[in-house]
Order: sequence, then C-alpha cells, then structure tokens
Amino acid sequence: MEDSIIEVKDVSMCFNLSKEKVDNLKEYVIKAIKGQIKYDEFWALKNISFDIKRGDSVGLVGFNGSGKSTLLKTIAGVLKPTKGEVVVHGSIAPLIELGAGFDMDLTARENVFLNGAILGYSRKEMEGYYDDIVEFSELEAFMDVPVKNFSSGMLARLAFAIATIGTPDILIVDEVLAVGDFKFQEKCMARIQNMVDNGATILFVSHSIEQVERLCKSVVWINKGNLKMIGSSEEICEAYKNSQ
Amino acid sequence: MSRYIQNFKKFLPLLKELVSRDIKIKYRHSILGVLWTLLNPLLMMIVLSIVFSHLFRFEIENFPVYLLCGQVIFNFYNDATTSAMSSIIANASLIRKMYIPKYLFTISKILSSVINIMASFCALIIVMVCMRVELHLTILLAIFPIALIVIFSTGVGLIIAALTVKFRDILHLYSVFTTVLMYLTPVIYPMSILYGPVYKIVRLNPLTNILIMFRDVIMYDTISGWKTIVAGVVPSVAILFIGVIVFYKRQDTFILDI
Repeated sequence: MEDSIIEVKDVSMCFNLSKEKVDNLKEYVIKAIKGQIKYDEFWALKNISFDIKRGDSVGLVGFNGSGKSTLLKTIAGVLKPTKGEVVVHGSIAPLIELGAGFDMDLTARENVFLNGAILGYSRKEMEGYYDDIVEFSELEAFMDVPVKNFSSGMLARLAFAIATIGTPDILIVDEVLAVGDFKFQEKCMARIQNMVDNGATILFVSHSIEQVERLCKSVVWINKGNLKMIGSSEEICEAYKNSQ
Repeated sequence: MSRYIQNFKKFLPLLKELVSRDIKIKYRHSILGVLWTLLNPLLMMIVLSIVFSHLFRFEIENFPVYLLCGQVIFNFYNDATTSAMSSIIANASLIRKMYIPKYLFTISKILSSVINIMASFCALIIVMVCMRVELHLTILLAIFPIALIVIFSTGVGLIIAALTVKFRDILHLYSVFTTVLMYLTPVIYPMSILYGPVYKIVRLNPLTNILIMFRDVIMYDTISGWKTIVAGVVPSVAILFIGVIVFYKRQDTFILDI
C-alpha cells in the first residue's frame, strides 16, 4: 500500500493584508477610482510540495506563525490555495479547533447530531454512534443540558468524541490535545493510536515534540511558510529540538 | 457536475439539521413551541383583518384577504432574503474552521422561511374560511406563485449573502431597500390607483407579477394572463441564475473577508 493519500502540489497561499481596512462601499468606490487600494501581500505558504502515503502518520512541526494551521486548512479544504492544489483521496476527519460547530443554545444531544451532520453523517448513522460518543465523553448525565452551561473541558471531551467517530481515512489533529485533564489526554492519544493501528493516516500538529515523536513515523518541518525539512521522525525531531 | 451533486447529497443531513435548528431555537422556552409557527401569522392576520375591515378600504371586495395575500408573499420575500443576507457572516466561525459547502447556510435560511410561508398559507385559508370567502379548487395552483417567489428569493438571497461578506453596508441599507420595494408592490393598494411612470415601475417589479398570480388563484378563481406569468417567471429564473454565478465566483474569497 504505497499509494499517496494526500498530495500537496506546489501549494502557495497568499493573504492580502489591506493597509487600511476598507469595508464600506463608499470608501471602496472612491479608493478604487483613485487607484488607492493597496494591499500588503503576505505569503503564508510558499511552494510547498509533499506526498503522504496511505497508513502513514505524519507530524507537522514549526514555530508559531510558520503556516502549520494554514497548511492544515488547505488540506482540510477550508482554504483554497492561491496557487497549486491539494489532492486528497479519502475521507477526512478534521480535529482542527474542536467544537467549531457547536450551537451554544442547543443541548448536547442535539449538538451531537448537528456536528455529525457537519462532518457529513446522516441522523441514522449518528444514532448508531450515539452511545459510543456518550460513553467516551463521560457525559451521560449532561446530554440534555444546553452546551452553553458546559465547562471548556466538557466541551472538548464531547467535541473529540464526535470528531473521532467512524473510520475516517485521514485524521487531522491540530493542537487539540492541549485541553482536558491528563487522564482524558491519555484517552485521546490511545484512541488516535488505535486509529493508526487500524490503518488510518494521521496528520498531527503539536508543539509538544514528545507527542510527535511518540505518534509519528515521519515529520514535515515548516519554517516561515517554506518547507524546511522532511524525513523520518527521529532525524527531524532531533534537528528541530537543536534549533530551539 | 456529478461531483457537486455527490457533495450535496453528503451534506443533505446538515441542511435538515440547520433548518430544524432554526425552528427549534426560535421557539425554545415557549410553552406552545412549534405551534407558534402557525399561531403567530394567524393572530397577526386576525388583527389585520379586523382593523382593515373598518379602516380605509379601497374599492376592493374582501379587502382584508387582498391585504393578507400581499403580506404572505411580501413577508416571505422580506424574511427569506433578510435572513439569507447575514447567513454567511453569522456562520463565520464555522466557515473558518471546517469545510462545508457555503451555500448550505444561505439555502437553510430560505428553507426555514419556506416553512413559515406554508404556515402563513394555512393561516390565510383559515381566515378565509372564517370570513366566509368562497374557496375554489384553483387555490391549489397557488403552489406555482409560491414556487416562483421561493426561486426569486433564493436568487436575491445568494447575491446579497455573497456581497454582504465584502460590503457590510448592505446590512443596514437593505431594510431601507425592502421598505421602498414594499411600496412598489401592490401589497396594500390596488393597481388601479397608479398611473404614469409609477404604474410602469410597479408593473415591472417581479414581486408584483408573482403577487398578482397569487391573488388570481386565491381570490378570483382565475389564472393570470400570459404577460403576467412571463413577467414573473423570466426575472425569477434569471435572478436565480445570476445568484448562483455570483455566489459561486465569490465563495472562495469569503474566508478572507469574514
């Protein structure tokens, strides 16, 4: 099984940082006529290319602001790259900023179905996963409480439980394990490990280099939007640690 | 094309969830709950019919029903487009973090309004029965003008939802626009009081033509002339077409502006 599951082909992502924020029509028209609309271009990613093989577990490391999250978002399909393209063969379970789909006024039970739908699962499929979600998140007593009354730890548990249902081909994990107590973190890591063992491909982002070393076989190092190094986990992690 | 259809199928459950969320949240903590969907327009209509049975009435038979027909159509347009307008901005946090076809948010708002117009339509029938207005089988044809107003509103909704992301001014300007539009649609007055250029403008308004079709089948047991039908159908389909194109072209830049 050596076929690629994610192909990142020469991806560049450019953001226009407008010098003054022009967000009303009058100003926009006046400035457009005068030719005064200027943008500072900011290239968050510059010509990044790499392939990820099926069943691989890949870590993504880099300092703050190096473009890790932007890269993940282009892979997850949230952002469309300015240049280049990302080809993904398979289903993605994105664990990027967990709980994005929660509606605070709805109960936990209703949010399970809403978030499942956001991930593309039907109500019927979600009913099958429901017990598993409740059990994993340990929130049996709170399923009929509106989630606005939840603590951040409870929210994170519920979100993680929903995001990891089913058997996705690719799991994208971005910094989500920083929440919850250590016991729950362990539980999350175990669940991710379990998915890896079942043949899922993992793309893992963390500032905790230990977690990356533990979970990933290969590592991609991004620095200021450029691909700095790519290779086996030991090699890159060593180099990354030394650069700190 | 088949890729888009497949994607739409995958997210169909989400569309259902979004619509049911809208309805659920609206009536949360109310004792009568979803019943309000029907009760609210019914009570409004009863008040209006009592008021307008006595207040100024143009030389129109069943003036309250005439007015209510206008309200059903215009309120739907107003409701659907206004909620569609902010559909993208309101879901900014989600759009920034997850991949979801963005038109789903706009369409879900339109569908929530469709549920409301269905309820208003039932309320209208109830009021007509209570006022002893004769009901004909032609009323069933009301589905066509309703479909047209849904198509038209979807088109307008897609356009303004996409443009509002870039130009927030539309949020404030649009309610002024709909007020003007309401007076350019024969909601409370008959066409016969208009003359000259104003008549022409009102006649060209697609909402007017859809409304005339609606009233013809509800109140007058007739089907409108072909001119009215063409003047209702052509702009509605055209607006939907333009809406889809505008939205499609702009959707990838939403994330940069919200």
